[in-house]
Amino acid sequence: MPLLEVSRLSKRFGGFVALDGIDLAVAAGERVGLIGPNGSGKSTLVNCVCGTLANATGTVRFDGAEMDGLTTHERTRRGIARSFQLPRPFATLTVADNLRVPLLYTVNARSGPTLTPAELDARCAELLALVGLGDKATRLPRDLTQVEMRKLELARAMAADPKLLMADESMAGLSHSEVDDIVTLLVRLNERGITIVLIEHIMRAVMKFSQRLVVLVSGKKIADGKPDVVIRDPEVERAYIGQ
Amino acid sequence: MRMPLFLVILIAAAALVFGGARLIGNDYVFFAGYTVLQFIVLATAWNILGGYTGYVNFGSAAFFALGAYATVFMHKLYPLPIPLLIAIGGIVSGIVGLGTGYLTLRLRGAFFAIATLALAVVLQTLVVNWDYVGGSRGAYIIRPNEVALIGPYIQYLFLLMLALVVIALTTARGIERSQLGYGFATIRDDELAAEACGVPTLRLKLIATTLSGGLMGMAGAPFPYYIGYLQPSSAFGLEYAVNSIAMPMIGGTTSWAGPLIGAILLGSLQQIATVTISSAVNLLIVGLLLVGFVIIAPNGIVGLVQDRLRARSK
Repeated sequence: MPLLEVSRLSKRFGGFVALDGIDLAVAAGERVGLIGPNGSGKSTLVNCVCGTLANATGTVRFDGAEMDGLTTHERTRRGIARSFQLPRPFATLTVADNLRVPLLYTVNARSGPTLTPAELDARCAELLALVGLGDKATRLPRDLTQVEMRKLELARAMAADPKLLMADESMAGLSHSEVDDIVTLLVRLNERGITIVLIEHIMRAVMKFSQRLVVLVSGKKIADGKPDVVIRDPEVERAYIGQ
Repeated sequence: MRMPLFLVILIAAAALVFGGARLIGNDYVFFAGYTVLQFIVLATAWNILGGYTGYVNFGSAAFFALGAYATVFMHKLYPLPIPLLIAIGGIVSGIVGLGTGYLTLRLRGAFFAIATLALAVVLQTLVVNWDYVGGSRGAYIIRPNEVALIGPYIQYLFLLMLALVVIALTTARGIERSQLGYGFATIRDDELAAEACGVPTLRLKLIATTLSGGLMGMAGAPFPYYIGYLQPSSAFGLEYAVNSIAMPMIGGTTSWAGPLIGAILLGSLQQIATVTISSAVNLLIVGLLLVGFVIIAPNGIVGLVQDRLRARSK
């Protein structure tokens, strides 16, 4: 049974069809790249899976349960985490406190033993060390560089202890070496057992990261398979390069 | 600092203030002090919603007046001791806060602010047309001259308001250091990201409107006994709405200390202006200070100090 199962998902904004009958299944532990030209519906798909937008038709199933009707925070508690296209840190909270929020509201809100304040501190420190922000714990997000902000975004998503991470353009605006940094980080997170769907425009990163590639064009899925096969698909070439 | 120690310090400070005021031995100190204390409660209550979650409430006067009119209603129906009336005023305003929150919290920014302003107008219209609580002509509350053990009634009211200040500040600080406080801060900073972090934003906003409304109602409940004659224009006065926003803005909205500092500063200035110039200049003082702080210290006095300390530690 797939971890995430999207069936016949559609979403319209007035007359504009953003998603048109999308089917997508992601197995536990997979690294999936989701690509497509601007306006192809990638971010809308992320928003529908995470509950930020309600889908018009179709269903989203996660870990065997139907997600339709659940709010974003309920889906996060079930194990769906996301990072945003533009980093959205909590500006008035320190870097460590940015991670404390999902720990308090997701990990501690789930049934089971809750984390003590000391354990919360330890988890924040561990996650910050994992993403290389160990020395920035007491800083405010405004003191971070662009790549550090991206890392904070990923660390915060990780703090929710997710089963699935939807990483929406986590590398936009980064330099060559910074992109490599983030790819390495995402692979490391995946090795910890987290399924990752990477939405990205930087093809070098997508090819390096993905075990499977899904291509959306104009709200429709046009390809789904091994990256080296998908990238040579004539329909994909046409969508990206033109006739 | 742990909460029990904070509470002990606060109670000790309140006792000192009360003792100091009694030493001065002038009733006007209690009259003026009551107003400043009342604004500390109002500003702290406003800040729980407006400062911690970022939802600006222009209807503070409505919640304050609800507490005051709950007292008038009970006074006519079945007179009760003021502490009980404060509890009733808090419950009534808290329930209205919850209802307002439920109806309006899907609105954001200016739309929410306008909705709270509309609430004040609607409630004032209802009170003006409600004869049982005095309608537009107002209602008299005859208060005793003295209270056993304490002395003059104004000292009793002052003491009650001091107790409310302790409750309000303890509540605000308790929120700040709790999971609820982190949740409120995320709503203020980025509601979408908050939901993505598992924060139940709607539930938290309802808690904030209920707590904030309840505390404002508690501040308003003893007001008819203070003023002696309550009419809609005094209970729904513009100065409550303006001051309860301006005081936290000037003191700083991200900490419990901000509304306290802002209310003491602005409240005292207004009292001084009332006796030295005229009460008519009070709102002018608020306006000028607000403009000045928006330019010099947009995060208020507390924000300014925090920024300085952070810059020094770098």
